[in-house]
Formats: sequence, structure tokens, C-alpha cells
Amino acid sequence: MDSQAIATGPADPHQEHDEAHPAYLRHHFVTVDQQRETASFGMWLFLLTEIMFFGGLFMAYLLYRNWYYDAFVAGSNTLSIGLGTTNTAVLILSSFTMAMGVYSAEIRNRKGLLTSLSLTIFLGLVFLGIKTVEYHDKYVEHHIPGASFSVEDFVHPADKRDVPLAPDMAQHAQLYFFLYFAMTGMHALHMIIGISILFILLYQAWHGAYVNGHTSTIDNFGLYWHFVDIVWIFLFPLLYLISRHPLK
Amino acid sequence: MSTIVTLPNQQDAQLPKLSYLNSEYGLKSWLLTGDHKRIAMLYLFSITFFFFIGGAFAGLIRLELLTPLPDLVASDTYNKLFTMHGVIMIFLFLVPSVPATVGNFVIPIMVGAKDLAFPKINLLSWYLYVAGACFLVFALLNGGVDTGWTFTTPLSTHYVNTHVITAAMGVFIAGFSSIFTGLNFIVTIHRMRCPGMTWFRLPLFCWSNYAASLLMVLGTPVLAITLVLVMLERTVGIGVFDPTKGGDPILFQHLFWFYSHPAVYIMILPGMGVISEVISTFSRKRVFGYTAVAFSSVAIAVFGFFVWAHHMFIMGVSNYSALVFSLLTMLVAVPSAIKIFNWSATLYKGSITFETPMLYAFGFMGLFTIGGLTGVFLGSLGMDIHLTETYFIVAHFHFVMVGGMLMAYLSGVHFWWPKMTGRMYPESMSQLSAVTTFIGFILTFFPQFIVGYLGMPRRYHAYPPEFQVLNVLSTAGASVLGIGYVLPMLYMPWSLKYGKIAGSNPWQATGLEWQIQSPPLTENFIDIPIMDHEAYDYDWLAHKTEHEVTTVG
Repeated sequence: MDSQAIATGPADPHQEHDEAHPAYLRHHFVTVDQQRETASFGMWLFLLTEIMFFGGLFMAYLLYRNWYYDAFVAGSNTLSIGLGTTNTAVLILSSFTMAMGVYSAEIRNRKGLLTSLSLTIFLGLVFLGIKTVEYHDKYVEHHIPGASFSVEDFVHPADKRDVPLAPDMAQHAQLYFFLYFAMTGMHALHMIIGISILFILLYQAWHGAYVNGHTSTIDNFGLYWHFVDIVWIFLFPLLYLISRHPLK
Repeated sequence: MSTIVTLPNQQDAQLPKLSYLNSEYGLKSWLLTGDHKRIAMLYLFSITFFFFIGGAFAGLIRLELLTPLPDLVASDTYNKLFTMHGVIMIFLFLVPSVPATVGNFVIPIMVGAKDLAFPKINLLSWYLYVAGACFLVFALLNGGVDTGWTFTTPLSTHYVNTHVITAAMGVFIAGFSSIFTGLNFIVTIHRMRCPGMTWFRLPLFCWSNYAASLLMVLGTPVLAITLVLVMLERTVGIGVFDPTKGGDPILFQHLFWFYSHPAVYIMILPGMGVISEVISTFSRKRVFGYTAVAFSSVAIAVFGFFVWAHHMFIMGVSNYSALVFSLLTMLVAVPSAIKIFNWSATLYKGSITFETPMLYAFGFMGLFTIGGLTGVFLGSLGMDIHLTETYFIVAHFHFVMVGGMLMAYLSGVHFWWPKMTGRMYPESMSQLSAVTTFIGFILTFFPQFIVGYLGMPRRYHAYPPEFQVLNVLSTAGASVLGIGYVLPMLYMPWSLKYGKIAGSNPWQATGLEWQIQSPPLTENFIDIPIMDHEAYDYDWLAHKTEHEVTTVG
């Protein structure tokens, strides 16, 4: 029986209405449940590889933060906590809209799905926009590591609450900014990939996909989106909140 | 006890009319296929191609070392030769060898599924492999890389002016190919097993590939991010590994070996799986201590993650951590020994025959044991400081990787060749090549243990004249070894047209893949099978064969 279902192929229009063999059931799965569980398991495993990927950067962060703690504090204090907090809020909100998207797909609400996906894209872009402003600020302040890096800012800080660093320790503030750019840059790259996929999902949802009971693509993308969010939840305190001045 | 199994009469065998090979025609049907068997074939072609390129580099290295003088190539060229040999052999041959070809072909069938869990991702992984390979070939054609396959900082980031970025990019991309293969295997083995196929009914090949996949999935991303940091350091001067900016080159070593030590288990574990299948089939006995062999694969994978710093004993890690890593390194010998002992016990009172896969498997057992035991030498702190960076190390890992893994790979390719193509390879010719490989191998690499112990360092193109005899032996052995590898290259394609027709189960093996036609249908099974017996149950097979005879008669 199974083999006949394969022989007729997915082009067979009768299968559209067949509950056991809907059109989205791929040929090598026996049941829809198996297909869904497989996809979700694969996604979790992929996220595990992502954790290991970011893990290398976190390891480097851990090491240098222990070695050059004062430089890390000084570097951290130059970041704008207002923009960082706003971005955290924006990202958590986007996770909420993504979760609403998954929910809408499950209750087969096309309009809700489209709205949620659009909002998620919007919030993702807001996050990237704020990030760009922050990067630009670093450029203006000469805090981008390299030839134009201003060591002077850390040896003779303008703000009286900052502790002046010895010149060699001030050099190591560069390392903090290396890691700041590498980690937030890698995170932003994941956001860009995520937003690109969201546009594809939005296009497909516009044409009626994902509200026919086949929600696993949306589910799994949701997992990815939440993962990227969680990475930020770790990055924010590690990069922005090291021994902050009060009220700055 | 072994069961007496008579091999079927292959005179009656016929090629099936419809199979995965002739279900569709045209280049497009291959390049856009989702069929795990076709993707396995694509991999087989590509890795064989790169094996011979990597082998050519090895040949040039041995030719240079024929004489003590630096007379064949300049020192820079020599550096590039051994670097490209290492990079190509490791990332383009050894890592994908068994999993991506044999594993891709048989794992879905072994677990009773119609395909791997994610066919498109499987195809993507082949394309990533090709893309990574293109980067490496590009780097090669433009003058090569000379950092050694380890991309050691700060050499790779500050002191060489070769195509490090291109090569690192190639390895980065090929790494994702291996991540996706591993991911696909793990999900397939978890979610796609047929009814009745419990974990402890899985063939041991699945267990060892599962363990290797865990390593691929958890280790490779760390290599990826490390290479990204190396590339960033070269391009924009990010100073994470640069001591002048406060960075630490030892951090690179930690991150690199965190992947690259488990990577040697990625390379060897699938080979061990092949050996389990072959030893059992040609002794007609259940693998002795199935559970122990299965769990030893997982144990190797787990221990494998906690021994990386034994590559760094001379690099200034603390004495206390060196002690711990030395101890853990010795622990890996335990599960490896469990495997060797269990295979030997499987042979005991088996009804052994000496077909080619079995000869390669014997080669594996002997050479891997030597390679493994010398690994224990190198794991002990005092010995390591004497022997590291000498030819002893070179001999050690070639015993494991070439003597072990390549033997296992050839064993596997010969063993499943009838299933892949529907035809037999020529038996006596291939037995000859198995023996040639073994002799050539011993002659190539055994002298290197001695020359290394005497103090000849690796990675130099000249050496003191007193080492010449041993080096000449080694080069002579390499020529024999080369013949051993070229032979299958000739008779395997030959057998595609002229080989005897194999029939569905030429070895009377028990795996599910042998119960279907060869070559299999695109969907593998007409109906999803139901597994009602243990793996390697030769009584079941004998009974089944009897039953078949009565129904036909």
C-alpha cells in the first residue's frame, strides 16, 4: 500500500485531502508525526552546533576577561547602556511576535501569521538599525581596534568616574573591542540570515503555506530565532554590564 | 558458535531491471538527486579524486626524502607539499571517507528507512564539500599554503604570505559539509528506524557512525569559529591570537585541537564500524560482546573530547593539566582495546574465509593495534617530549589513519561494492592488491618509527646522511603502496561492466541491506521492513534461506 502511494507521487490531486498522506508528507517518512519529530530533532541538533560555534568566542572572552579585567571594565563602560537595553527589549519582543507566529500557524490563522512574521522582520530590522548606530558611535569615538584606536581615551579618560589605565593595559582594551565586534558581529550575521529566511517564509505564507497543518518549518524557524535571541541575552550582560558606573 | 552458511550460486544471479542506477538518466538526475545512494556515489568519485591528488603529494614528499640532500624541491615547496598533502587527505578524504560514501549508502538501509532524514541537506553537504574543495584547489593552483595542516598561529597569521585565507575558507566550508552529514546520521538513527529495529538490534556500523557523528556535530563548529578568527586576524588584524596585542597563540592551539583531536576519532570510528561488519560476516558469527563494542564507540567519542591537550605537552601548558590529559589519553586505549579483543574473540571458532574485505580487515586489526599502542607511548609525558615533532609521530598517525582507516575504507568499499553496483570485483586481483597494500604500508611506515626514535624531525626536506637507509626503505615502500592503491582504481571501474553479477546477498550477510536487491531500488524497500531478530543472527539467515528454497521449490 505504501509503495503505491509513492508510485502515484505527490502530483496526485486526491492526496491533498488524504489525512494520512497529505501533500507535504515527504516520500521517505511513514507518518506526518515522524516527519515533524525528525525536523524538530534536526533543528535542535543544529542549534547545538551553533552553541559550539559561539562557544569558541565565549571561551576567548572568558580567558581575556580574566587576564585584562580592568581593560574590559573600561571598554564596557564606553558602550551605551540605553541603546543596549533598548535592543534587548526589541529582541525579546521579536521573540514574542515569533511565538505568536508559531501559534497563528498552529490555529491556521493566515492573517495572524502574516502579521506576526512582518512584525518579527520589523523588530529584527530595528535591532540591526540600533546596532548600526552603536557601531557608528564606536567609529566616531575611535574605539574600533586597529591603527586609529585611541589608547589615550583609556589612559586619560574624559569621564571622571572612569579609572585611568596604565598604557599597556589600555592597549588591551583593543582586545575587548575585538571580541565586542566579533561576538556582536557574528550575532548580527545570524540576525541577517534569520531575517532573510523570514522574508521567504512571509512570501510563502502570503501564498497560503503553513496554515494547512504543516507548521514544522515555522516551528523550527521559531527555534532558530529564539536561539539567536538567547545568544544576545548572554552577550548583553557580558559585554555591556561589566562593573557599570551607576547612572551612566 | 558460527553457523555454516553456504554462499549462493551466483551463476543464477541476474541484475534487477529497475534500480537506483537506472531509475533516471542524465547529469541533472545525479546533480539534483535526493537519493542517499546517488549522493554516496557522488562522494565516492570526489573523494577518490582527492585521494589521488593527496597521494601524489605524498609521493613527491617521499621522493624528496630519498636522498639526504635537498635536491628535488626547494624548502618552501616542500613545506607546501606536506601542507597540501595533510589538508587534502584529512579534510577532503579521511573525514568524509567512510561516513559520506559507505555510510551514506548503507545507513538508511541498515535502519530500514527509505532515505536519510534530510535528503536535501545531504545533497547540500556534497555541494559544500565540492565548494570547500574548490577553494583548496584554487589555493593550490595559486601557489599553495605552507603552514602545515594545523594553521598554527602566529605562523599562519603573521609570518607566511601564502594563501592561508583561501585554504582556511575551504576547510571552513568543508567543515559544514561534515556537520550536515553528522546531523543527518544522528537524526536518521534516532527517528527513522523501522518497526522492531531497537537500538541494540542496530548493526555496529550504525553505532560507530553515530558516535563519529556526535563528534562531527559538536567538534567541527569549534574549528569553524577558530578558522574565522584566523581569517579575521589576517585580514583586519583582530588580535585574539596575537601576543603583541595581548592575545594568546596557545588559545588557538586549545580551540584547534578541541576539534582536531576528536577529528581523528571522526576518521577512525566509521572504519571500526566497517570492521565489525566484515569480521562478523566472514567468520559467520555474531560480533562477540555486541553491547561492549557498541558502547566502546560511544566511549571513544566521549573520552575523545577530553584529551586534546596531549598535542600541546611541549607548548607550555601547566604540568598538572598535562598529567590529567596524559591519564585521560591512556583511558582512550581502553575502549579501543575492547574493540580489538572483541573482534579477535569473534574470529575464535568462526568459520573464517579470506575474501578481500576480510584481508583488509585483518590488515586493519594489525596496523591499528600498532598505531594505537604507539599512541600510548606518545600519551606518556616523558616519551612525548622526546618523540613529538619527529618521524615517530608521523609513523604513529599514519598507522592509525592509513593503516587503520584507509584499510577499513577499502575493506568497506569492497564489501559493499556488490550492493552498490550489482557486480562483483575480481576476487584474486583484489586479494593481491590487499596484500600489496599491507606489505607496502609496513615497508613505508615501520622504518619511520625507528628513524623518528633516532631523532629525525618531521617537516624538513633534508636530513643527516645516517638516516638514509631507513628513508630509502620508506620511499620504496611508498612505491609498493602506490601500486596497491592504483590496482583498485583499475579493476573497480573494470568490474562495473565485466564483473560477475552479484545477486542480492553474495556474502550471506545478515544486515537489512543484504536482504534487498543489488543494486537497490531508489526507495530501498518495497515495504518498510519489520525487524524481528538481533543483528548478526546467522541462524535467522540460514532459516530464512531454507524457507526461501522451499517456497521456490
